[in-house]
Amino acid sequence: MAEMWINMGPQHPMTHGLWNMRIKVDGETIVDAEPVIGYLHRGWEKMVEDRNYIQIIPMADRLCYGSSFTWSHVYCMAVEKLMDIEVPERAKYIRAMSDELQRIGNHLMWLAAIGTDLGNLTVFLYATRDRELFLDLFTALTGARMTYNYCRIGGVRNDSPANWVRDLERTLDYFEKRLKEYDMLIDQSKLFRMRMEGLGYMSPKDTINAGITGPVLRAAGVKQDLRHNDPYEIYDELDWHMCTHDGCDTWARYRVRMMEMQESVNIVRECLKKMPKDGPIRVKTPRTAPAGTAMARMEDPRGESLMYVVGDGTGKPYRLSVRSPLFVILSASDKLIKGSKIADVPSILGMLDVCMGETDR
Amino acid sequence: MYLDLWGLVGGLVHWLMVDIVGTILDWLHLYALADWLGSPGVLQIVTILVVALIILIVGMLVSITLIWQERKMLGRFMDRVGTQVGPFGLFQNFADAFKVLVKEYIVPNAADRLIYPLAPILIIGVSMAMFVTIPYSQGFYMSDSDLSVILTLAMFGVIPFAVLLGGWASNNKYTLIGGMRAAAQTCAYEVPLLLSVASVVVLTGSLSLNDVVAYQQENVWMVVPLIIGFLVFIISMISEIERVPFDLPEAEAELVEGWGTEYGGMRFGLIMMSEYARAFVGSSLVALLFLGGWAGPTFGIIPEGLWFLLKMFLVFTIFIWARAALPRVRTDQILHICWKRLLPLAAINLFIAVFFKTMGWF
Repeated sequence: MAEMWINMGPQHPMTHGLWNMRIKVDGETIVDAEPVIGYLHRGWEKMVEDRNYIQIIPMADRLCYGSSFTWSHVYCMAVEKLMDIEVPERAKYIRAMSDELQRIGNHLMWLAAIGTDLGNLTVFLYATRDRELFLDLFTALTGARMTYNYCRIGGVRNDSPANWVRDLERTLDYFEKRLKEYDMLIDQSKLFRMRMEGLGYMSPKDTINAGITGPVLRAAGVKQDLRHNDPYEIYDELDWHMCTHDGCDTWARYRVRMMEMQESVNIVRECLKKMPKDGPIRVKTPRTAPAGTAMARMEDPRGESLMYVVGDGTGKPYRLSVRSPLFVILSASDKLIKGSKIADVPSILGMLDVCMGETDR
Repeated sequence: MYLDLWGLVGGLVHWLMVDIVGTILDWLHLYALADWLGSPGVLQIVTILVVALIILIVGMLVSITLIWQERKMLGRFMDRVGTQVGPFGLFQNFADAFKVLVKEYIVPNAADRLIYPLAPILIIGVSMAMFVTIPYSQGFYMSDSDLSVILTLAMFGVIPFAVLLGGWASNNKYTLIGGMRAAAQTCAYEVPLLLSVASVVVLTGSLSLNDVVAYQQENVWMVVPLIIGFLVFIISMISEIERVPFDLPEAEAELVEGWGTEYGGMRFGLIMMSEYARAFVGSSLVALLFLGGWAGPTFGIIPEGLWFLLKMFLVFTIFIWARAALPRVRTDQILHICWKRLLPLAAINLFIAVFFKTMGWF
């Protein structure tokens, strides 16, 4: 068969979002690839320049449908640094806990997507079923299922409602059992491993040079996790271990994300133990920020998210720049899929946990 | 106990054509027409048509029952309820059929005007024609050919050709790749399929499905001596009817809907239906060749056809189970499984069959 270009996207089941992976195939083998993004560009960074600091929080939520809390969190951290505000201890714990719950929810969304990518609908339904519990927890805590508008500059909006901690503990107990179920369904299945092992190899050196962060980098055996390397909130007080894998392939990326879910459960449990029982959850903050710049970064479920804010002494930011982890990973995605088969494109790219909202902004 | 379809329909046709219509015509003094209607040739043709109609309707009914079974059981496997339209979700198929019936029929501009409409006709026609060879019981069958096993598998062999044509004629890159995959995969899997059937034929000494079942009723179900062949046959059959984990031709994750991407409306509905028709024929073949067909304790009142359908549904349950538990296999891996795993196993199985036969144990 002659070589030909195939558009995988922008309207294609493989793309979780609105982007285009153009691949050049020779028969079933991919000889060239080219990611095309920008279909979902909304001018986010320009839009926020005309909004005051508190109005940007719900905007930041909408950067990613899967992990909206982490984005409003990193925004609040950046503005807090600009305004030089110290967040109360209890708010810090609630934020870290919400981060980890959001990480579990986001990874479950990824697991659901990877199920359909590999052609198995059972994984999809199991993962969405379990994600529902975490969405319920967030509904009780923040009042919304996906875009929470919960983080505030100087703390969080409200304290946890009655019985929330009890529900949380029950959910975690249940979820740990379900993790074993995933292990039996996927990890111990020869066919699932055949579809993942040895695909999308990228050496640790190349991975670092491409600027890739997050689970994909840790799957290359690199010990890089901002919760450990540049601790924010209270992560330096917690006792947890970083999840890495030496495989550098799709299977390693899968394993790292699954291990991270278990680790997030442990972190939430520890937070519950160490959290101050009462105290303020929010401090008063000025409406205007001083002139100057500030930068905050954190470990998003997909990698290192960063926000750089420039204040000019008014109530609106002069410039707010976003570093999306996926924008960087997608730039290198063509190297991952070159040489593999067409059928591997969904499984390799699905492992990156694609979310176009934050990539195109 | 079984229903003698040919005898029943023949009697009915004779009664209708000779005793009722013939008497009326005689009364009208149209003796020549009455004689012609009552002649053996005409009776034979009408009987064949009526039997064919009954077999087609029964086959379609069983096929849509399979769709319903898959919806419900897959739902249970996935921790959900499954379809809920009508009592036990039984009306879902009809709702779907009416939905696709009112859809617009679109032919892509660059499609091949002759082949594009022809391919679904070929696929649907061949799939329905496969009902012909499947016997439900000793008396309930369309044709009792001496070569019915070979005929069924030969008709299976037409499908990849039609799929390739359809994918090619749609003039779409996804459909072309899907068609190529279908051709490569189905042709490859026919080899272990036929080899495992050959082992059954060696032991039973017949290519007629009725004789194969009769042999199993007298001696032993073929699954006992030929357990390897049974497994090889089931795996190859999943590939042959293009279901998960071997549904590469319509891998919806990377190829949108595979070779059928451009087919819409009732054509899509009928192609979907014909897939389940083939699934029915495939499960029936497993039941007939290895599980004793309609063999089972009847106690004089249970119809034999019931045993056959029960076994067929059980085999289809295995297919559903595989779909619920497994991901899709890749193109190179699917051929790897076929040539390097299934083919040697099928050959070993054939040796075992020949060994048993020469020793005279079966």
